[in-house]
Amino acid sequence: MGKRVGLEVTVAVAEAVALCRIDMAGVYPITPQSHIAEHLSTLVADGKLDAEFMTVESEHSAMSAVIGASGAGARSYTATSSQGLMLMHELLPIASAMRLPITMAIANRAVSGPLNILNDHSDIMPQRDAGWIVVFAENGQEAIDLSIQAFKIAEHKDVMLPVSVNIDGFQLTHMVEPVEMPTQEDVDQFLPPFVPHATLHPARPVTMGAFAMSDYFTEIMKAKDEAVKNSKKVILAVWDEWAKMFDRSYKPVETYKADDADFLILTMGSMGETAQLAIDELRVKGVKAGLVKLRLWRPFPFAEIKAAIKNAKKLIVTDRAVSFGGPGGPVFSEIKSALYAETRRPAIYNYIYGLGGRDVTVHDFVGMFEKIIADTGNVAADTYEFWGVRE
Amino acid sequence: MNIVENFDLYAPRLINKKELLSSGHRACSGCAEVLAVRLMCKALGENTVIASATGCMEIASSMFPTTAWEVPWIHVAFENAAAVASGVEAGLKALRRKGKIDDRYVKVVGMAGDGGTMDIGFQALSGAMERGHDMIFICFDNEAYMNTGIQRSSGTPMGASTTTAPAGKVSSGQKTWKKNMPEIMVAHNVPYVATACPSYPLDFIRKIEKAKSIKGPSYIHCFSVCPTGWRSPSHTVVSMGRLAVETGVFPLFEVENGRYRISPDMPKQLKPINDYFKPQGRFRHLLAEEIDTIQEKVTSEYRKLTEKARFLKTGNE
Repeated sequence: MGKRVGLEVTVAVAEAVALCRIDMAGVYPITPQSHIAEHLSTLVADGKLDAEFMTVESEHSAMSAVIGASGAGARSYTATSSQGLMLMHELLPIASAMRLPITMAIANRAVSGPLNILNDHSDIMPQRDAGWIVVFAENGQEAIDLSIQAFKIAEHKDVMLPVSVNIDGFQLTHMVEPVEMPTQEDVDQFLPPFVPHATLHPARPVTMGAFAMSDYFTEIMKAKDEAVKNSKKVILAVWDEWAKMFDRSYKPVETYKADDADFLILTMGSMGETAQLAIDELRVKGVKAGLVKLRLWRPFPFAEIKAAIKNAKKLIVTDRAVSFGGPGGPVFSEIKSALYAETRRPAIYNYIYGLGGRDVTVHDFVGMFEKIIADTGNVAADTYEFWGVRE
Repeated sequence: MNIVENFDLYAPRLINKKELLSSGHRACSGCAEVLAVRLMCKALGENTVIASATGCMEIASSMFPTTAWEVPWIHVAFENAAAVASGVEAGLKALRRKGKIDDRYVKVVGMAGDGGTMDIGFQALSGAMERGHDMIFICFDNEAYMNTGIQRSSGTPMGASTTTAPAGKVSSGQKTWKKNMPEIMVAHNVPYVATACPSYPLDFIRKIEKAKSIKGPSYIHCFSVCPTGWRSPSHTVVSMGRLAVETGVFPLFEVENGRYRISPDMPKQLKPINDYFKPQGRFRHLLAEEIDTIQEKVTSEYRKLTEKARFLKTGNE
């Protein structure tokens, strides 16, 4: 059993990453990620973590350095947010194509412009097709657990893919929460040392990142797609193992009072806990409301999503990013697409909310339910709405 | 003609016979860069990891599923060879310290063209040099974006015609002076900076070996004649490199801990730059007065360099 402690979530994440005995971290400061980097550097400076800590000159170089270190066979870590993630964007598909098991924390923050340092998901959504495994944490404990699990998933010989752990900026990163910090012994038992398939070492010279034109490119893309899809088996197995060892279970899709619900709402990340309170409030009023929380964004959990929402009459999909002039928020588009072939599917509503740190309360969620329950014409089902916008 | 004096006599004794860049790569005929890279590998030896930027050499040497590289080699993107190399260095350092890999010294080398060094890769290189990684960065400078079709870079010399700074009725090609990359690296206070050219193979190898022996960051700026981009005959590539040196257009020198030394291959008296310009299509449009202006600059820059060599050597001794 680990120790119950009260920690700021970023500090807790850095402690968790240190328990994973990383060999190298390459980071560049950006709010609200910086405390992860700061705390890791402190652990290295105090001799508590034996790792090369690289303070690079940009996030682009952070990801480049982490790719190089991972290629050399080092357990490598980075963390970023928003503009930093956008600057890394070019390199994300390269890391996954090279099958490097890098792990990265993303303290989710709105993408400029205008410049904004607060939380939404507009940074991670443009990285959707990078070929990374993407998970979302709902609270501090999940941020810790997912950070440790990420190494085990990424480095599994049947996966060998980078993983990003998404932690809502400020709303999660800067909260001081009571968390259970696993012990070093437990983490050592859970996470074996990284055994890379091939490394940049003269003992066995390899070429990494070769040039491929039309005669191989399609096959390489298909291979990466298969790898991301196949990773789900390992993710589920790792989560099972975690549940057995630490008594905290993880599923690709979590539900709350959803089984008998007529009206569902789907959230990602830290909004889940607020939405949960709204569900309780609605249930007291006799409304059969329920909550679906999407934890695993890539690989997309089709079966679990379908199972979670198949009995509902109406579904609200919430998005914290905008696809300008598109068919709705990115989560909405995916859920709709996943349900296209289903004969039985709920009417779907899309609310875009909580942008750039805009506060979302229990009252907001209750309001969304009231609005869709009152909607008889089903007119809203094909469109999206900015919740709480001043017009 | 054997341009290097007594080369046949010295070469077998001074140059590693082992080929670490194998034949069968796709470089253009007469490519000086591939010649330089081959010599670089011989000088570095097997205990080397190379991080390459996107560019001619990357394309020519790594067509999947083949590779010309007999040493560990990684390519990630265009602008980040130095950052990748620094990450490899950090990774290997940690793994060696923790006893997870062989306890042997491995030199990490970053390489890029002039664009990947002086333009798009400039920030990553500056960062890696400032952080003091134990690595060599080598710029193979062919003075334009040759891989994408001869577009100008900040390494393109004044007056050269390129596809994005072409000579025309009202233009004489490149309008700016070449960025002085070796001096920028000297300003980073790295222990070793050198210029080199594969037309002087023994000098080139010696400088690579010197950089290899230094624990810390070093930078080598390698002049790489590109017959395709310069519109010069491919069989003259070695002599063209020598003309660049003999005219002072590309002087050979090294800076060790801030002390300058002009390389022994530099002639006492520089040849006129027109000897070097004339055989190249990229300078063909230049008028006599334009060549005179460039000549003045080359002369004054070389004088500055010799003054530094004189002053900084004396000042430190």
